[in-house]
Amino acid sequence: MEHHQSKSFPISHVIGFVVSLVLTFGAAGIALKTNLSFKVIMWIIGSLAVIQAGMQLFMFMHLREGEDGKTNLVNMIYAVFMVIVIVVGSIWVLTSGHAAH
Amino acid sequence: MGIKWDEFFITGDPLILGSQIAILLTMIGAVAAITYLKKWKYLWTEWLTTVDHKKIGIMYIISAVLMFFRGGMDGLLMKAQTARPEMEFLNSQHYNEIFTTHGVIMILFMAMPFLIGLMNVVIPLQIGARDVAFPQLNALSFWLFFSGAMLFNISFVIGGSPDAGWTSYFPLAGKEFSPGIGNNFYAVALQIAGIGTLMTGINFIVTILKMRTKGMTLMKMPMFTWTTFVTSILIVAAFPIFTVALALMTFDRLYGTHFFTVSGGGMDMLWANLFWLWGHPEVYIVALPAFGIFSEVIATFSRKSLFGYKSMVFSILGIALLSMVVWVHHFYTMGSGPAVNSFFSITTMAIAIPTGVKMFNWLFTMRKGRIKITSAMLWALAFVPCFVIGGVTGVMLAMGAADYQYHNTLFLVAHFHYVLIPGVVFAVFAGLYYWWPKMFGFMLNEKIGKWHFWLFVIGFNVTFMPMFFLGLNGAVRRAYTYSAESGFAPLFMLSAIGSIILAAGFAVFCYNIYWSIRYADRNISSDPWDARTLEWSTASPVQFYNFAKLPEVKSLDPFWHMKKKNEGLTLFDSEIEEIHMPSNSWLPIYMGVIFGIAGFLLVFEWHIAAAVAAIGIFAGLIIRSFDYNEGFHVKKDEIHRIENAWRKTEGEVHDHVS
Ligand code: HEM
Ligand SMILES: [Cu+2]
Repeated sequence: MEHHQSKSFPISHVIGFVVSLVLTFGAAGIALKTNLSFKVIMWIIGSLAVIQAGMQLFMFMHLREGEDGKTNLVNMIYAVFMVIVIVVGSIWVLTSGHAAH
Repeated sequence: MGIKWDEFFITGDPLILGSQIAILLTMIGAVAAITYLKKWKYLWTEWLTTVDHKKIGIMYIISAVLMFFRGGMDGLLMKAQTARPEMEFLNSQHYNEIFTTHGVIMILFMAMPFLIGLMNVVIPLQIGARDVAFPQLNALSFWLFFSGAMLFNISFVIGGSPDAGWTSYFPLAGKEFSPGIGNNFYAVALQIAGIGTLMTGINFIVTILKMRTKGMTLMKMPMFTWTTFVTSILIVAAFPIFTVALALMTFDRLYGTHFFTVSGGGMDMLWANLFWLWGHPEVYIVALPAFGIFSEVIATFSRKSLFGYKSMVFSILGIALLSMVVWVHHFYTMGSGPAVNSFFSITTMAIAIPTGVKMFNWLFTMRKGRIKITSAMLWALAFVPCFVIGGVTGVMLAMGAADYQYHNTLFLVAHFHYVLIPGVVFAVFAGLYYWWPKMFGFMLNEKIGKWHFWLFVIGFNVTFMPMFFLGLNGAVRRAYTYSAESGFAPLFMLSAIGSIILAAGFAVFCYNIYWSIRYADRNISSDPWDARTLEWSTASPVQFYNFAKLPEVKSLDPFWHMKKKNEGLTLFDSEIEEIHMPSNSWLPIYMGVIFGIAGFLLVFEWHIAAAVAAIGIFAGLIIRSFDYNEGFHVKKDEIHRIENAWRKTEGEVHDHVS
């Protein structure tokens, strides 16, 4: 780890941190302070969440610096699988059958 | 802040008063004994600040044994209460608290740390490394686990225990129905311990991927290393879900949000969903390393290579993948409809396939082997039939439609004890008997070990077998009493008698440790079992740098082949080089303490005080960021001296492959 940009100022981390804060407070503001319909709010804050997750992958998670692409590919496939299981799975389970009512 | 001091200590129950006095006396006794023996400095430098994976592992194991005692006591109390109909030993509230703390402690503070302890001791040795990838982070993991465990444990004397079950389902676990602070202990203590576990997962993934010795490809790793690796991946996948769920629970309980609180438009079922999204993988997080331990023990004492190594690896991976997509089987009765329930019934039953493959691999490993019946091997042998009973009843429960009948009965309780006790407890006992000489340089007594084994296994079956039938007859779980007319009394009595035999087994285990520490032969070989993997190629107890010269691996069971070909067993003076080791640090234990204090204040909802304590956490993080300690070098002379001390002893046989 010492080999990559160890002494230089971690500028991408700081930017990532600030942008994360902006996106988070933006989502909170939209949810709490606007009169948009429930559906619109859900779509907006959901999109902000996806944007933030993607941004953090680049700014914090060294996505661009991995030594070999194969490892990164396996990691990404695994992460996508987990996201689908957790998010899509939860929505499916909680919106079908009696659970929906 | 409105502190209710009169509710601070739990009062009015003679059982609890007794424990309070006992805890106080034990603490005073311990402090006095350490002071009298002048051991504070030793304790601080050798243990509390250590970053050595072997010592951290031993501390995990000691904590786990203590927690086993606590959780076992809870179990016995419950068995005493239900021994006869309409008993008035524990009231319903007390029973609720006890099954809750029993479940949480057994799974999170007994099973997990016991296995993580063995992983800590063994994994770096098995892969021929000198420590884990991040030694100081490893110490931090331990201290956070310990801090969380202690915070959870004091709940029964200070403030009140959580009482909503180890699953703490909403709406019951919410502020509305559980207004006391008991459930805050659940939310906060598990959060602290969970952070530690997550870091352990990361640490072991990196260790196993990056620190294997020369020649050890992935497919040459010992099976325990494989299972630890896959378990670590599962930890990293599953624990963040629990972290988030607990954080939302904390917000709901402490700050009035409504994620799970129905009254404010929240969704109580979301908690059950998130809990089991973590909870089911958690079951495999404790089962997989246990499977690894059995694989090592069975191969060693059958004196054969593990049968079907490749199929074993693929079934572990299969189990891990499937374990992420079965969580709904814990709440079929919530009514998510036929499509959801059918899907999850099928995935759940599918897990039986890779598990069955593993069973046959173990059996075929023993086939035509020259089996040596040691205590460790006995546990592995008993595991097979007992775990099969747990597995078969699991397939019964997996059927969504049938589960409506079994759900929430003692049938389920019997099932998961038949999975967890053979699958985890037998395994850690096997592992302990097997690796004990590596950790301490003497063996546990085999004869007492067999008493331990027979009492425990018989007691276990007598305790839990009747529960299957009680459940089928309609006895519900988490019920503190039943009527004489129900006809349950004889089986409940039998089960209670079983639990006494079980407890006797545990007592013999403790006696064995005591006996062996006092009387066991110290003059044993560093490879007393004639074993197959690298941890046995170095001294017992292992020198702090593990290996003077890192071993080179050419095949599976490397140490076996080294002995057979008499290769790489000797160390020439010219091969000794200086070794770089990490320094001790006070930061991990400091972080454990400060997390404990902040957590305690948060439990009592003293928000300002908790915020002040949290400054201490940030201070620790900052100090760590500017910590440039590079460790130290072990000089050649010292290595020379340490290596000579064990290599030149009488009876040190290195090539007795029989
Ligand atoms: C050592 C002997 C043990 C005894 C006598 C024992 C006994 C019991 C009893 C009587 C119950 C409650 C039944 C009811 O619902 O009324 C229970 C629940 C439970 N046990 Fe054990 N048990 C033992 C070991 C273990 C171990 C080793 C584990 C896990 C590794 C474990 C995990 C659990 C869990 C998760 C629950 C459910 C708690 C809840 O309902 O929230 N137990 N046990
Ligand atoms: Cu499950």
